[in-house]
Amino acid sequence: MLRYFLRRLLYMAVTMLAVSVVTFIIIQLPPGDFMTSYIATLEAQGGILEQAEIEALRFRYGLDQPLYTQYLKWLRGVLRGDFGVSFEWNKPVSELIWGRLGLTFLLSFSALIINWIIAFPVGVYSAVHQYSLGDYVFTGLAFVSASIPHFLIALVLMWLMFKHFGLNITGLFSTKFADAPWSLAKVLDMLKHVWAPLLILGFFGGASLIRVMRANLLDELHKPYVVTARAKGLTESRLIRKYPVRVALNPFVSTVGWALPGLISGTTIIAIVLGLPTTGPMLLRALRSQDMYLAGSFLALLSLLTIIGTFISDLLLAWLDPRIRLG
Amino acid sequence: MSSSEDTGQLASGADSTLAETTAATAEEERVYVASQWRLVWWRFRRHKLAIVSAVVLGLFYAMAVFCEFVAVTDPDAFDPKYTYMPPQRIRFVDESGFRFRPFVYGTKQTIVNFDITYREDPSKVHQLYLFVHGTPYKLWGLFDSDLHLVGLRDEGGTLFLLGTDRLGRDVLSRMIYGSRISLSIGLVGVFVSLVLGVLIGGVSGYYGGFIDTIIQRVVEFIRCIPTIPLWMALSAALPLDWPPLRVYFGITVVLSLVGWIGLARVVRGKFLSLREEDFVLAARIAGASEWRIITRHLVPSFTSHLIASLTLSLPNMIMGETSLSFLGLGLRPPTISWGVLLQSAQQLSVVALSPWLMSPVVFIVLVMLAFNFVGDGLRDAADPYSR
Repeated sequence: MLRYFLRRLLYMAVTMLAVSVVTFIIIQLPPGDFMTSYIATLEAQGGILEQAEIEALRFRYGLDQPLYTQYLKWLRGVLRGDFGVSFEWNKPVSELIWGRLGLTFLLSFSALIINWIIAFPVGVYSAVHQYSLGDYVFTGLAFVSASIPHFLIALVLMWLMFKHFGLNITGLFSTKFADAPWSLAKVLDMLKHVWAPLLILGFFGGASLIRVMRANLLDELHKPYVVTARAKGLTESRLIRKYPVRVALNPFVSTVGWALPGLISGTTIIAIVLGLPTTGPMLLRALRSQDMYLAGSFLALLSLLTIIGTFISDLLLAWLDPRIRLG
Repeated sequence: MSSSEDTGQLASGADSTLAETTAATAEEERVYVASQWRLVWWRFRRHKLAIVSAVVLGLFYAMAVFCEFVAVTDPDAFDPKYTYMPPQRIRFVDESGFRFRPFVYGTKQTIVNFDITYREDPSKVHQLYLFVHGTPYKLWGLFDSDLHLVGLRDEGGTLFLLGTDRLGRDVLSRMIYGSRISLSIGLVGVFVSLVLGVLIGGVSGYYGGFIDTIIQRVVEFIRCIPTIPLWMALSAALPLDWPPLRVYFGITVVLSLVGWIGLARVVRGKFLSLREEDFVLAARIAGASEWRIITRHLVPSFTSHLIASLTLSLPNMIMGETSLSFLGLGLRPPTISWGVLLQSAQQLSVVALSPWLMSPVVFIVLVMLAFNFVGDGLRDAADPYSR
């Protein structure tokens, strides 16, 4: 187990390094460097930078040095928690992102839990009662909701809620709590708003997991050991719960690992549609205004979240399945 | 797939007169001698939903190809007199009873404080005709014509079956024109992904070893990055002053950078399992070159799987373009795609007052579902020897 753990840890470190390289490339992608945009913004606001000042700033960010030195400099900063400066907000990036990232994580994670809670029993039911009416309904629903882009569902839901109940489901907080510090009242207020994104992400996002669970369990149900157990007189519910479900759970857990990038992806765009104060809208805004340090940091940290998620699901899988940790 | 040479049902007229046993053997014989593609087709045909979906997709693509003809009017024609006009209903019944020819009522406008409200005006009846002469266009930029599938013959009437947008442009015509971009971007993107996927997946699966490990790590890495934020970041890097055509190809490349992964995995998996098959060994012993083994033996045996995965990755591409354009990072007006059209439906205030602006959603959902059903059917049919 320890060796497996260490190997996975090494993979994770390498992947994170790769993420940092890709992020850096994306930060560098727009024409001109950080200073060009910064100067342009300042000039738009009527300020003018002295040539000497520009040079000083260029030196500070290492823009006069070759690319790999810039990268190392940036990486060192990131490791210390310094993600650069957002020139649109004129604040250090690190001040802007954590709150939003936390909400994103909270939302994705709760959605994942809901996915599980829904997909597990429904998948088991569908497999055990294969070709029953319930199975057809569930698989049909799962198929349809897996095929439709979730932001469209968000869009339509937003409209339906407004039309029939006069309800505005955008945002995550009421206006009076939007900028207030965290308190019990604010949490309660959030709970009143959070159901819409959770419904979309948790309910519709779990659709593909239902199909995975069903397929896995179906593969197991016809194996000889199930027949043996049945022949020995085990009750059907105990039999299913005790043996095939446990085996079918393994691929299910590993699927969760790569469901996470999908969830974060989904959260990003749904947050933009519903105007949630998570990473999505700010990332979009940063990209539009080419505020690249902010955008790059978001991308890096979102990727980091999924990498850690995959890592945890790998560990879970190894804990569940001895063949993996010994293999 | 040769859908046209359908040989009919299993028992043809001549067979049915013979004894049942003979019919059964004849049927078995037919299965034995059928080519792989025929077996795939037989299997696919059993999936009714997939067949229906294939027809739907066919209609959609036909609409995209002939969008100038199918559209009621020019998608860029605007009329400040008719902004945010709700859809006009097609009717068959008026005061005088049922009419054989469908018609729409004219509209009456009342303007209060710059807000236009529309009401139907039953005194004005405009009949719908097929194949009418309307706004002139150049089909594929080559042929001059003014023939439209549906339209009004009398002057002065309007035909906005799905309403109009902010500038008084016909939403339906714009959706029909948008299908050309939205549906083709999937095809082009999948083609680029196919080339990348087959090349990289093939190398990875055929050679194995160190190269395989490296490529697999890269694949795992890309799978770790959340797709939509990555797409957003990459497409935001496309310069704003690019002409529409270049943006179009830029977006396809951005989409393909993630899209090839699924295909590479399929190709690699198939290469790994087929490499050990007896027929490959036989070919090698017979002295076939590597290239010949790959192109004549390996690739044909997983082409059906490849087509299935291609079909399943197409909706992702279309979804990608739609999301990006919707966010304003993909295609930009004046280019028309479904995502661009949905941009106007971003705010709740707009959607609440003129929900018909969301109509492209219907097209998108239909196409997504159809592609998924066809892909599902193809995946089941891809290996006709199973079960």
